[in-house]
Amino acid sequence: MGLSARAPRWGAPGLLLAIALHPALCTPASASLPPARRDYCVLGAGPAGLQMAYFLQRARRDYAVFERAARPGSFFTRFPRHRKLISINKRYTGKANAEFNLRHDWNSLLSHDPGLLFRHYSGAYFPDASDMVRYLGDFADRLGLHVLYNTTVEHITLDKDRQAWNGHYFILTDHKGQVYQCSVLFVATGLSLPNQVDFPGSEYVEGYESVSVDPKDFVGQNVLILGRGNSAFETAENILGVTNFVHMLSRSRVRLSWATHYVGDLRAINNGLLDTYQLKSLDGLLESDLTDLAIVKDRQGKFHVTLKLFLEETNQSADAIPLPQDDNDNFAMRVAYDRVIRCLGWNFNFSIFNKSLRLSSGGEFSKKYPLVRPSYESKGSRGLFVLGTASHSVDYRKSAGGFIHGFRYTARAVHRLLEWRHHGVAWPSTECPITQLTASIIRRVNEASGLYQMFGVLADIVLLKENATAFEYLEEFPMQMLAQLETVTGRQARHGLFVINMEYGRNFSGPDKDVFFYDRSVGHTEDAWQSNFLHPVIYYYRHLPTEQEVRFRPADWPLPRPTAIHHIVEDFLTDWTAPLGHILPLRRFLENCLDTDLRSFYAESCFFFALTRQKLPPFCQHGYLRTQGLVGTERLRQHRVASGLLRTSPAAGRRPGEGRRQPGHPKPTRHFLTPGPPGQPHDSNKEEL
Amino acid sequence: MKAYLFRSNILLREFPTDALFDVNAIVAHVLFALLFNEVKYITTWEDLQNIDNALKGKANIVFSYVRAIGTPEHRAIMEAAFVYGNTYQFVLTTEIAVLESIGTEDIEYAHLYFFHCKAVLDLTQQCKRTLMAQSLTTLNIHQFIKTMEAPLLTEVAEDPQQVSTVHLQLGLPLVFLVSQQATHEADRRTAEWVAWRLLGKAGVLLLLRDSLEESIPQHANVAFKREEGRRVEYLVLHDIDSVISHVENNMHVEQIQHEDDDLEEPDMDMQDDEVEETVYRDRKRQLPLELIVELTEETFNTTVMTSDSIVLFYAGWQAVSMAFMQSYIDVAIKLKGMSSMLLTRINCADWSYVCIKQNVTEFPVIKMYKDGKNPVYYAGMLGTKDLLKFIYLNRISCPVIIPSVQEAEEYLSGELYKDLLSYSSVSVLGLFSPTMTTEKEYFTEAGSYLKGCVIIAIYSEEDVLILSNRYAVSLPALLLVRHKEGKIEAVPLANTHTQDIVQIITDASLETFPEITVETLPTYLRLQKPLLILFSDGSISIQYRKAVLMLIKEKHLDSFTPCWLNLQNTPVGKEILQSYFDVLPPLPLLVLVDLHSGGHVFAFPADQAVTEQNLLLWLKKLEAGLESHITILPAEEWKPPLPAYDFLGMMEAAASQHPTRKAPECTKEVDVQENSKGQKEDKSAIRKEPTETLRIKHWNKSGWLKEAEKSFLHDNKEL
Repeated sequence: MGLSARAPRWGAPGLLLAIALHPALCTPASASLPPARRDYCVLGAGPAGLQMAYFLQRARRDYAVFERAARPGSFFTRFPRHRKLISINKRYTGKANAEFNLRHDWNSLLSHDPGLLFRHYSGAYFPDASDMVRYLGDFADRLGLHVLYNTTVEHITLDKDRQAWNGHYFILTDHKGQVYQCSVLFVATGLSLPNQVDFPGSEYVEGYESVSVDPKDFVGQNVLILGRGNSAFETAENILGVTNFVHMLSRSRVRLSWATHYVGDLRAINNGLLDTYQLKSLDGLLESDLTDLAIVKDRQGKFHVTLKLFLEETNQSADAIPLPQDDNDNFAMRVAYDRVIRCLGWNFNFSIFNKSLRLSSGGEFSKKYPLVRPSYESKGSRGLFVLGTASHSVDYRKSAGGFIHGFRYTARAVHRLLEWRHHGVAWPSTECPITQLTASIIRRVNEASGLYQMFGVLADIVLLKENATAFEYLEEFPMQMLAQLETVTGRQARHGLFVINMEYGRNFSGPDKDVFFYDRSVGHTEDAWQSNFLHPVIYYYRHLPTEQEVRFRPADWPLPRPTAIHHIVEDFLTDWTAPLGHILPLRRFLENCLDTDLRSFYAESCFFFALTRQKLPPFCQHGYLRTQGLVGTERLRQHRVASGLLRTSPAAGRRPGEGRRQPGHPKPTRHFLTPGPPGQPHDSNKEEL
Repeated sequence: MKAYLFRSNILLREFPTDALFDVNAIVAHVLFALLFNEVKYITTWEDLQNIDNALKGKANIVFSYVRAIGTPEHRAIMEAAFVYGNTYQFVLTTEIAVLESIGTEDIEYAHLYFFHCKAVLDLTQQCKRTLMAQSLTTLNIHQFIKTMEAPLLTEVAEDPQQVSTVHLQLGLPLVFLVSQQATHEADRRTAEWVAWRLLGKAGVLLLLRDSLEESIPQHANVAFKREEGRRVEYLVLHDIDSVISHVENNMHVEQIQHEDDDLEEPDMDMQDDEVEETVYRDRKRQLPLELIVELTEETFNTTVMTSDSIVLFYAGWQAVSMAFMQSYIDVAIKLKGMSSMLLTRINCADWSYVCIKQNVTEFPVIKMYKDGKNPVYYAGMLGTKDLLKFIYLNRISCPVIIPSVQEAEEYLSGELYKDLLSYSSVSVLGLFSPTMTTEKEYFTEAGSYLKGCVIIAIYSEEDVLILSNRYAVSLPALLLVRHKEGKIEAVPLANTHTQDIVQIITDASLETFPEITVETLPTYLRLQKPLLILFSDGSISIQYRKAVLMLIKEKHLDSFTPCWLNLQNTPVGKEILQSYFDVLPPLPLLVLVDLHSGGHVFAFPADQAVTEQNLLLWLKKLEAGLESHITILPAEEWKPPLPAYDFLGMMEAAASQHPTRKAPECTKEVDVQENSKGQKEDKSAIRKEPTETLRIKHWNKSGWLKEAEKSFLHDNKEL
């Protein structure tokens, strides 16, 4: 597969030496079996691993999936402990559009087989986790994905080889000593290690992963739960009815997903404890940094919360340890607990990766994820991609990339990037005449599920052709890679581009925001930029932004400052097809960006223009002149006459020299967008009079 | 916070920052401070009177009123004063009373007068005043002052077409009053009177007819030149008022618009797309869709596999699709019970995967699925007539295989497919000997390419020589039958490839002297030749037809596309004529439209008879460049009909108002109360007090005025 063609790039002087040394250094000790070679290796047959396997299979690529367990989705055989998935399985939307319906189906993986939709596996809105296990098993079996079950990859190293696609191979060693040589490695192992906080007394704490889920074990107990995420609340929910009370302790205040618009925050389905807390029914929520705490066990086997500080001061026996209530007799956690349960989430397991892979932790938010680029490729080694939940550092607390309904699309994006990088298959696109631009955008914003779920991460791209007579439409491109678009997709962006993204209002969502304020919704098209709920936003660039521009974009902006921007006003029904409210303002925006007239005309009007003007509007050029004009019926003709729309003034009041804004003298108003000549910010002339 | 203005190290002024609320305010305030002497600020009528008197015979005055200091208008005036402050005395007021005292009615937020005091020598005489009609922008003030500087009246004795003054450069028209030696003195007085009335609106000139070389129409007493390069209009006007009203009515639209920017803002929310608008107007009507089978993801494949069907791929929300849907229903009505073809539709807004699978990426698309073969893409006009034709012609295969010489003759005579003849202007018969497999392949391929457009048949039996002999052509060949004319033409096909065969057949289906209609024009435009159109109200007479056909026959019209247009069938032809001629000329009328080079339109002289000779002569003169065109078709590009909302500007304006970007939690008072209650319990959260989100439209329309007033109060104290 073009291996030799790539070789010269690695022709460095020290190479001979490296080759000479390589067998001695890199051959595993237990190399009794010859290494199996694969172009693509996928670690983990969870949702993300299977999703990637599906795309590789469809593209007939050489790949294998490695799975430790005997069946796919082993995480879901144990977790969530209380078995209720909180990803919605919405079976009815009132719409037939399968793409649209995926917007409200958070469990299905992407495939061409409508039988492999999750709604055929569960009737529950919040399905049982065992249904997910069954679904993933079926997904792998029915599609015939190549999964090596019962194969535990124990160690991964890097083997430099200038013939390799990426200058090195990934060498996987499984528990039997079998070695696999992979050109590209996908890590889809999820987050598998429970997050543990070390503090004095942490040995008394039970973990979410092992605590009893039988409410009977909690009858009449005082329970302290550490954590304030969905697992903490899920655990609390299960025992609320039988405990004396549940206290919940976490570093920061609870983040409600309906306020943050982030599905990883506390979902309403789990928030029973908030209810009982606010109604003073003995349960409660507290904030404190866990690392400052200590837990001491008294003689009765009950647990007391104290401060680490106090423990350090004294070296006394358990009974004599000072407690906060000694000084402060109304200290909130002065009561003794029967159990302390830790529900602090999960971390990525770095242990199997050799240092040479330079797979490091520490994204900007959290150390629990491996560090990746917006293309999901590891920053440390080329050709290593992180998929699924473990890839969430890209959009942690922003979008849905850590969840099935988000990463199913990012896996597809990664696959498309690799198809171009290694197989010369450019990013799929459709080419249409410019007259279809408004319709293409309207179609996508109304049905596209990847845009909708992965808002702010994946965006549709419209690449204009020369003279803006046609365009190419690329779906669901990782928008942070915009500057590199040409090299990573194989498509040209020389004549300007549009980026179609979905966004919530800039300041609408957040853990302490009131998302129910009066007047929260915007109805007027001219106020569309103030829309608060998820709505389409279209960015226009005359030139592809540079990497610098993307990196140093304004705060709060998902992309660099565009030449012009359009917001399609938010819609209560998320149905953006209103002729005047949605389509017309969009058309005006596109027209002004492209400096052309994108209206549609009946054949009779085109006929009139053809005989009375030297140039025809694009719609007549693409349709009428190619004998594909829209003839219309007598009835519509009458409506046209009644509407008073005149053909004689194609640009009302804008005959030469009249009313048309000359580049040097823009109309002094801020309401309107009329970009000036190319390469000039459209407002720059304002002060030059 | 305050801002300080220094000239080198001398402090000139200090400004409270709230007075400097935007760029306009800053520029206006700074210039106001610097041009303290050039711009006199007054508050009473007496002040104005004093300045007026002091300057009589010395200098002219630019007097202006603005509603508040720091407004865009104030800035414009200060900028003009910066340029013209040495030449004119600028006087500024913000008092409406001053304006009322000089007799201004309909007081708006800004006015500017030019007081002609320099020419006044008698102190008791009032200075003449000219009100600027345009809105107060720097550019408009500059233009206005330029026209004030221009001579009031100019006498000329040359062709008005050649005359140019500063007025034309400023976009103002010129009015020539035609005079002659005998009445010169009286005319001059009239002209001066007119000139005063039109000051700032047009340039007025006195044109001496006697000394003019070029002739001007005899009765004309006024010439009007709207803009540079435009033809001069000659008019007969009977009094001064009609001269003035003519000028005022013909002023540029822009100037009228500028007078009232707020009201004249284009209504961007108004639909200006005729297809969208008409479909929207028809939205409440229930379409009789039951005649068309609606397909779904489940039924699509079985339907197109098991029956011959036309499928319309459309999107329910797209106007062009829905406009075509009405024609499609008409097709269904016409075909009801007459065709085995199933008319179906699939809404891609519901079944997008099906459409994508069928490679449909635009709307609407029509495909025909027949005999389980690859679907045929319909590339004809989106209308009832053409789609019907496509369906009818697809009843027979393309090409039809003719089994016998006898049937071939029936085919050639038109008997075989009598009912289809009206849909195809030619019938084609390919003649091949049975061994010519490649040739037949090309022909068959061409046939499938032209599916639904023309009737095509093939004959390739052993006795094919009978036919080739009968029509005196060597094999392979094709016979073109023009049934209307009863002509059969034979074309040899040796070494002719598919594309060439398609070309031969397409060319053959063009008529030599067609009636052009909305549907047929594009086919003839493809020839890229100037159109020689005979406009006619009804059918054209035999005489005309004969003349044109004769010229065609004699090859005089090879470089043109001769055609005719029946206004009865193509009513839009009337609108076209109206755009060529100001007044509709008598019909029939022969017009030459040169679309592809220069867009010149020529008309055959109405006073000449349409005979072969006259036509030929006219064409010769045209060729020699001796005929002058009646109009040139505008070559304008199609620009956006209206501007779009500048959301980027609005977002940035809002961001600069709230540099911290922390505030926009909109909350009403009710919520604020609730919040303060809530705070007692939720101590961990410190609530920021919500503030009203900035709404740019409010800010733009009213906000700055209030701000300006506030800052003006400050100013007043300090002045």
